[in-house]
Amino acid sequence: MSTAIQAEQVSKLYHLGEIGTGTLSRDLERWVARVRGKEDPFLKIGETNDRSVAGTSDIVYSLKNINFRIEQGDSVGIIGKNGAGKSTLLKILSRVTSPTTGRIKIRGRVASLLEVGTGFHPELTGKENIYLNGAILGMRKREIDAKLDEIIAFSGVERYIGTPVKRYSSGMYVRLAFAVAAHLEPEILIVDEVLAVGDAEFQKKCLGKMKDVRGEGRTVIFVSHNMIAVKSLCRTGILLQNGEIALQGDIDSVVQNYSKSSVNQSARTIGVAEKGITLESLECSDNGNQGMFEIDSDLTLKVSIRSEVHHELISANVFFNTPDGSLIFQACSHGTPVEPGHYAFICTIPANMLNDNIYALDVMIVERGERGLIFVKDVMSIEGVEKKRKGAWLGKFPGLIRPMTLPWKIEKAVDVPTQGEPI
Amino acid sequence: MSTKNEHWDLVIEPSQSPFRLNLRDVWHYRDLLYLLVRRDFVSFYKQTILGPAWFFLQPLITTITFTFIFGRLAKIDTGDTIPQPLFYMAGIVTWNYFAECLTKTSTVFKDNAGIFGKVYFPRLIMPLSIVLSNLLKFGVQLLLFFIMLAYYIIARDYHPGISAHILLFPLMVAIMAGLGLGLGMIISAATTKYRDLAFLITFGVQLFMYATPVIYPLSTLPEAARGIMQWNPMAPVIEGIRYGFFGEGLFSWSYLTYSMGITTIILLFGMVIFNRVEKKFVDTV
Repeated sequence: MSTAIQAEQVSKLYHLGEIGTGTLSRDLERWVARVRGKEDPFLKIGETNDRSVAGTSDIVYSLKNINFRIEQGDSVGIIGKNGAGKSTLLKILSRVTSPTTGRIKIRGRVASLLEVGTGFHPELTGKENIYLNGAILGMRKREIDAKLDEIIAFSGVERYIGTPVKRYSSGMYVRLAFAVAAHLEPEILIVDEVLAVGDAEFQKKCLGKMKDVRGEGRTVIFVSHNMIAVKSLCRTGILLQNGEIALQGDIDSVVQNYSKSSVNQSARTIGVAEKGITLESLECSDNGNQGMFEIDSDLTLKVSIRSEVHHELISANVFFNTPDGSLIFQACSHGTPVEPGHYAFICTIPANMLNDNIYALDVMIVERGERGLIFVKDVMSIEGVEKKRKGAWLGKFPGLIRPMTLPWKIEKAVDVPTQGEPI
Repeated sequence: MSTKNEHWDLVIEPSQSPFRLNLRDVWHYRDLLYLLVRRDFVSFYKQTILGPAWFFLQPLITTITFTFIFGRLAKIDTGDTIPQPLFYMAGIVTWNYFAECLTKTSTVFKDNAGIFGKVYFPRLIMPLSIVLSNLLKFGVQLLLFFIMLAYYIIARDYHPGISAHILLFPLMVAIMAGLGLGLGMIISAATTKYRDLAFLITFGVQLFMYATPVIYPLSTLPEAARGIMQWNPMAPVIEGIRYGFFGEGLFSWSYLTYSMGITTIILLFGMVIFNRVEKKFVDTV
């Protein structure tokens, strides 16, 4: 099998913070260095991109010395936490942005879908937009001519094809847009998490189409947070961590490793200080299992702080998020006055409350019950495990949480005698 | 191992030489160019009552206004034989073409940040599509000018001294397109980093118009001012077009050649700088 994509030492630097002020002087500095034949001064101070640790430099590596090789006909899932560099890698592969150093060599025509419906014009009709969007994605007009009927049929919006797309519902819009994209016939297809839109039936159609593409011996690169979709679609995977490749291999082992890497240690030293208060650490009771807790026993969280001054009212707040960052709930302590010294805020999440999911925890220290003093995102991730199950159902219970001890009351309805015979 | 199959269709590298313009890539995307021009044209008048008539109304109303303000009130001399409305119409229609190429191209990165951030295609396609859609609009408005010219010839007994220089008209249009495109690309590239320039452009173009013989003929200027004016590469174009149609105006081969030279330099410089910025702008905009 020959290589479809080969990446060599690819890095990408980003400037953090405000761009604009001081850029001119920096540009000059870079330019002077280049003219004198020296190394770009800003390439040296880049550091590993770990967003939970505040860096000393405002220039970070979004990708750092990435090397990989993708075989023709392979389907590759790229996974990693938010900010691990997935989007940057996709953008470089799609040629939307260029790498700072290194190179990627590609064999075959590439089509990338970082978004569906790019370039749709609201005033144009569905049909006009098929042409425009197809051309933006790199199709020739006669290719679109040949596939027009197929595209319209796939989209399922035949009836509205002569209507301006601004009158479309968002679902119809996405269907039409994906239909165009699905009929690109590139040798390499790069897809971002665009399948998350649309209804279930349409999602199934999209996944089916992508499987077809894979079946035709073309190469697919797929980025998603949805591990089930990644697993069903991809043969191999690349796990990105802080801009570097942590693992490349067959998809099952990569996904498994990702789930593990999402679960951090069970105590995390933090050390962020503000106004005389240092948030020292977050610990959770996990029975010695790295970040795993049993969902049918209590979970204890301990937020430790150190204060150097007197504060009127301080409270701790732990946010429970899904791995992709949506907030599920927050556990807030009540406020307490603090004097110089060490304090621990301890919270117990009752047994049978959380589900067997991964939870990403943020910690916030709040002053006077109103002002967030310290806020650290993704302090640690914990994963609920279930030891044994009562009842017949053995599959996973859906839901972000799973309260099992809600007070249900079951009453038998009093039979009302029927009035006479039914007619 | 590494020697086998060393043919690659595409190599993605850090910023390549800005002198590699990838014109072959542009050619491959010519259908996109056509569809973008079509989009601009069709969406221009969708959901308007007057539809394509707007193409006519704009220069017509401006001509009336100019004739009234500059002709009647300010009494600016527009030469001996040319009817004032025709004089203004010729100036406005041609100037508008240049001005729209320039202003639209200068915001091309800002206007298309969404698309540029998601899909690759040769970025040069966008400014090219602007120049072409405006050319279409220019063609329609030129029609209005011809109708008016015919009216003056038939009904008002006006005899324009149409000269052989009218054959230079396509060249003049090409100079305007090239100059608008080139300047626009330079400004668009600069605005991605230094936003201030975006504010400058609107009134800059306005000032530029007064520095070009659009509402007055070059011949009415004092000798000294005329000397300065001839450094303006747009001056020979506007004057030359009027000379071609009406046989009145100052025309000189040397100034036209100068104009072409400047346009070529600006256009090439614009393309190179545009090419340089397109690779990086996604990270800075």
